[in-house]
Amino acid sequence: MTKVTFIDASGASRTVEAQIGSTVMETALRNSIPGIEAECGGACACATCHVYVAPEWTDVVGKPAQMEEDMLDFAADVRPNSRLSCQIKVTEALDGLIVTTPARQG
Amino acid sequence: MNAMSEVIKTDAIIIGAGPVGLFAVFELGLLDIKAHLIDILPKIGGQCAELYPEKPIYDIPGYPVITGQALVDALRKQIHPFQPTFHLGEMVEKLEVLGTPERPLFRVATDAGVILEAKVVVIAAGGGSFQPKRPPTPGVEAYEGKSVFYSVRRIDHFRGRRVMIAGGGDSALDWVLNLHPVASRITLVHRRDEFRAAPHSVNAMRALAAEKKMDLVIAQLAGLKGADGQLSAVTLRGADSATFDVECDDLLAFYGLTMKLGPIADWGLNLHENLIPTDTEKFETNVPGIFAVGDIITYPGKLKLILSGFHEAALAAQKAHRYVYPDKKLLFQYTTSSTSLQRKLGVS
Repeated sequence: MTKVTFIDASGASRTVEAQIGSTVMETALRNSIPGIEAECGGACACATCHVYVAPEWTDVVGKPAQMEEDMLDFAADVRPNSRLSCQIKVTEALDGLIVTTPARQG
Repeated sequence: MNAMSEVIKTDAIIIGAGPVGLFAVFELGLLDIKAHLIDILPKIGGQCAELYPEKPIYDIPGYPVITGQALVDALRKQIHPFQPTFHLGEMVEKLEVLGTPERPLFRVATDAGVILEAKVVVIAAGGGSFQPKRPPTPGVEAYEGKSVFYSVRRIDHFRGRRVMIAGGGDSALDWVLNLHPVASRITLVHRRDEFRAAPHSVNAMRALAAEKKMDLVIAQLAGLKGADGQLSAVTLRGADSATFDVECDDLLAFYGLTMKLGPIADWGLNLHENLIPTDTEKFETNVPGIFAVGDIITYPGKLKLILSGFHEAALAAQKAHRYVYPDKKLLFQYTTSSTSLQRKLGVS
């Protein structure tokens, strides 16, 4: 099983199992991770599943596509390592991924 | 306000004009129940039209694939024979119970001063009402309506003032261009030097910025300064993370919409984690005569699917008929064979 670690704005860390092929957002919801709202249900239409990818993982996870970059305009405190977690598909290469959730989802 | 004095009387009030609210018009209409729909958005379709008009949906029965907007357009056509009345761009503020549990009667008031009375209410409000997203700056509430705005209600307010506009879409760019002749100075703030707005608006904005007739700042909002609701400056954070202040009198922020439950919480309905519990036979709430359907409801096994909402609307309409026509017996009929239904649909 692939593992993903979510760190919240206060620093609390939760490591959960993620299914290959699901998204990081779905993994968060399935495990009741606080700080991910996913208002639109994964349509890349709301920017309420915003996460910061840990610096050592940004190259593996990659950059947002154009539509996601546009949607990030609606997120708060966007940084170079910002991604929408509904657009990150879990693969074997992402085993051990660490993301931080922002203080608020807009 | 003339509208205040006139009470519109109808059979059913549907709150929310998303796909499920629209289909409720159809199911109620087949049973001769006339409906008025109210939605906070200026257009029908709810999330389908607002969040994902171009996105394909794959689980609408009979459609292997259909976009959000195409589904809304098809529903509009399907309910056309029943001539529903739409109250768009209005939020329901008050819902009062006037009748008795056996003979319910409700009075609904919108923020535009429209007052309606109906025998049944169907809440099809999905995730709640779409409201502008607040900028992520602490203390913003104190400035709202005085010097921080999420829409322009009165252009005159901005006359001769230094206006900061935040955002990169059509709303932000349109107001840059429209307020430019009115305001004393316009500053557009966006997190990146790319804009989602229509290219001609972006070009017009860039031309103004090149001529130094306005300022374009690539940064994010970091804080507000001012007193008694009046801004004096906005603190911005640039790409290098350094913060700096830009003086201004007003901030117009366009960060999209978010869904909030809103006034529904004040209507005396039982709520469970911001959802309305219903039964699964009539989809009625704890208040007789108030039904709820679609994403806003919860019951054991509930799925937030459009098709589930359609089913819920059909069953709610059956019970609604008992309230609207207490003396009439309801005969179950099929649209394929009933001439009376076909006449209502305008096909017989």
